[in-house]
Amino acid sequence: MMNRKTVLALLAAPLLLLTLPAQAALRILACEPEWGALAQELGGDLVEVSVATSALQDPHQIQAKPSLIARARNADLVVCTGAELEIGWLPVLLQQSGNAKVQPGQVGNFAAADFVRKLDIPSQLDRSQGDVHAAGNPHIQTDPRNIAQVATALGARLAQVDAAHAGQYAQRLKDFSQRWQQALVRWSAQAAPLKGAAVVSQHKAFVYLYDWLGMKEVAVLEPKPGVEPTASHLQEVLASLKSVPVRMVLYSAYQDPKPSEWLSKNANIPAVKIPFTVGGTDGAKDLFGLFDDTLARLLAAGAKK
Amino acid sequence: MRKLLSASIALALSVPICASAATEPPTASEIQLLRQEIDAMRASYEARLQAMEQRLLAAERGAVPAVATTADAASTPPSVAAPTATASVGGANAFNPAMSLILSGGYTRTSQDPASYNITGFQLPTDTNAGPGSRGFSLAESELGLAANIDPWLRGAANISLHPDDTVSVEEAFIQTTSLSNGLSLKAGRFFSGVGYLNSQHAHTWDFVDNPLAYQAFLGTQYGDDGVQLHWLAPTDQYIELGAELGRGRSFPGSDTGRNGAGMSALTLHTGGDVGDSHNWRAGVSLLTAQATDQSLATVDATSGTVINSAFTGNTRVWVLDGVWKWAPNGNATRTNFKLQGEYLQSTRNGNLTYDPDTANLSGAYSTEQSGWYLQGVYQFMPSWRVGLRAERLNPGSTDYAINTASFAGSGYQPSKNTLMFDFNPSEFSRIRLQLAQDKSRQGLTDKQVFLQYQMSLGAHGAHSY
Repeated sequence: MMNRKTVLALLAAPLLLLTLPAQAALRILACEPEWGALAQELGGDLVEVSVATSALQDPHQIQAKPSLIARARNADLVVCTGAELEIGWLPVLLQQSGNAKVQPGQVGNFAAADFVRKLDIPSQLDRSQGDVHAAGNPHIQTDPRNIAQVATALGARLAQVDAAHAGQYAQRLKDFSQRWQQALVRWSAQAAPLKGAAVVSQHKAFVYLYDWLGMKEVAVLEPKPGVEPTASHLQEVLASLKSVPVRMVLYSAYQDPKPSEWLSKNANIPAVKIPFTVGGTDGAKDLFGLFDDTLARLLAAGAKK
Repeated sequence: MRKLLSASIALALSVPICASAATEPPTASEIQLLRQEIDAMRASYEARLQAMEQRLLAAERGAVPAVATTADAASTPPSVAAPTATASVGGANAFNPAMSLILSGGYTRTSQDPASYNITGFQLPTDTNAGPGSRGFSLAESELGLAANIDPWLRGAANISLHPDDTVSVEEAFIQTTSLSNGLSLKAGRFFSGVGYLNSQHAHTWDFVDNPLAYQAFLGTQYGDDGVQLHWLAPTDQYIELGAELGRGRSFPGSDTGRNGAGMSALTLHTGGDVGDSHNWRAGVSLLTAQATDQSLATVDATSGTVINSAFTGNTRVWVLDGVWKWAPNGNATRTNFKLQGEYLQSTRNGNLTYDPDTANLSGAYSTEQSGWYLQGVYQFMPSWRVGLRAERLNPGSTDYAINTASFAGSGYQPSKNTLMFDFNPSEFSRIRLQLAQDKSRQGLTDKQVFLQYQMSLGAHGAHSY
């Protein structure tokens, strides 16, 4: 005859099975590759990271496709940029996930842009200005100092979500921050010749990069944010470069290079493909590679003139 | 600002230079001296401006010393020590729901009179809005959407539809849980049923001006109801979603009556996934059942052209098979992408049909099984420009009218329609569309339709379903 404890234990056993997979590894869904890479750096074996988008996709324009809904449903933590970058798809993804843990406002919902100072905050919100983001420019990952800040916040969040391994996350964060600070010193020294360089961007995607390196954006190929470059606007940009010479034109790996290539040919300046995120170029294999490669490309294109 | 300032200083300084140049040419060393002076002045102004900017920033951030930012660019961030998320302070209005307004309208030209629109061999409800709508210029359905979280457990959303005839209707108004875990979510209120692929989508997200014939014939163009909906997502890597709905059955193929129980029930199963980076898909099967009492229907006799009225009481079962497949190179849909979508609907009605309820009033058993499908492809061949093609056909199937057989002699005609669409999307908030269709819904008549339509989205940035 079984006693009550045994019966209860037997009844509870299937419940334990339900909780087991969650304890195996913390499941993280990262919206963009840079946050996937950061979560992997900070979580190591403790986490299982899946990335919603690739470096060749425009993070503004992703669809809440079935595979992503399934991954959001099973995630313990969703790590995204925020600042309205994913506004066209993430809200639907979270609504359809049926996962209370990752809803906005919960600890399982991490928005990187909440933890850095944002630039390009519009003084006036009006769609006649194009696809402006009320919270400011969301492309924060192009400044490694932002990565450092987000790392600190994400490390703390990992420890909060998976408290059993808080010590290990703290250790990994310390280790990463140390390596990152060393890299920052190296990068800043390398990038010295870029200071003050006047450049043109295809999309307003690099304000944080320019802020870090002291570069000056004198023109943008998109007439308004998110609006495809037009022939007439390209001509205007070209004409304006006669009075303000620039060293190069920058575009992201996911973008159509044609407008930048056109300007490159007509203004006789190099067009530089920026990896923009991890995986954007062969050199940008991880977060360190992302900035190594970004700087290498910028320096090769026009450190001196 | 800074550039302007230094430019104006340079300009101001250059005037005396020019003046002196007229009298006696300055020596090279004098020019050098002046240049140095200008440079020094520019540098000092820049430094002062920078300091002012820093102080401003510091003030904005609230008492973070500006030194921290200038000290060492390599060490830490340009700003704050670990700021936390701060919400903007906006008083009572800060909690206003996200609001969006869809504006739509256009011009329609048809070779047949839309007032006499019908689908040969198919009994449509008398209050149907099937067909191409009114000719000439007209406002299309404008839609006001409101959505917000209600509390930590629920969110709510409403879509109020403003019709061109100055009437207003509630298209959707529901509450939905955000806090049930294990993949569950519950919706209650008025909502579009989750059957098929197109049914739950709002008109402004359709790829064509109108819904397919099969939806017009079997789901009253689009099936919405008052009730509850439960969704469950399986805890698997493969997307598997089950849905169950119970509703009032207030519209075709159901009918609104004073019953206590549910007049509609639906079950849906959808699955989908990725094939490589460039392809993704979703497919599903759904079953909708609805009860109708004295549902007033009409059909037009193709040979005589007379309208035959009838009333249906009984059960309807609609099976929907749906599939959608999307392609974009490397998953980047910005430049080019392609979407292939198709649905097959089969409707079975069993019950009692009264022929000509107003005069003859002849009532008898009735059972029918009809089906229809559409297949469409939409290709974005360059940013902002898309072209689409849709083919569709209905099958009148077999119908047993029992004692009313003589009154409803069918011809076995299979209605069909082919549609070509071009649209231009200046931004993700605006669309202008030209649609050409050859509609053979009516036996022996081909309706050549031309639609020119605009659809604009104002306000909150809506996120669209797959």
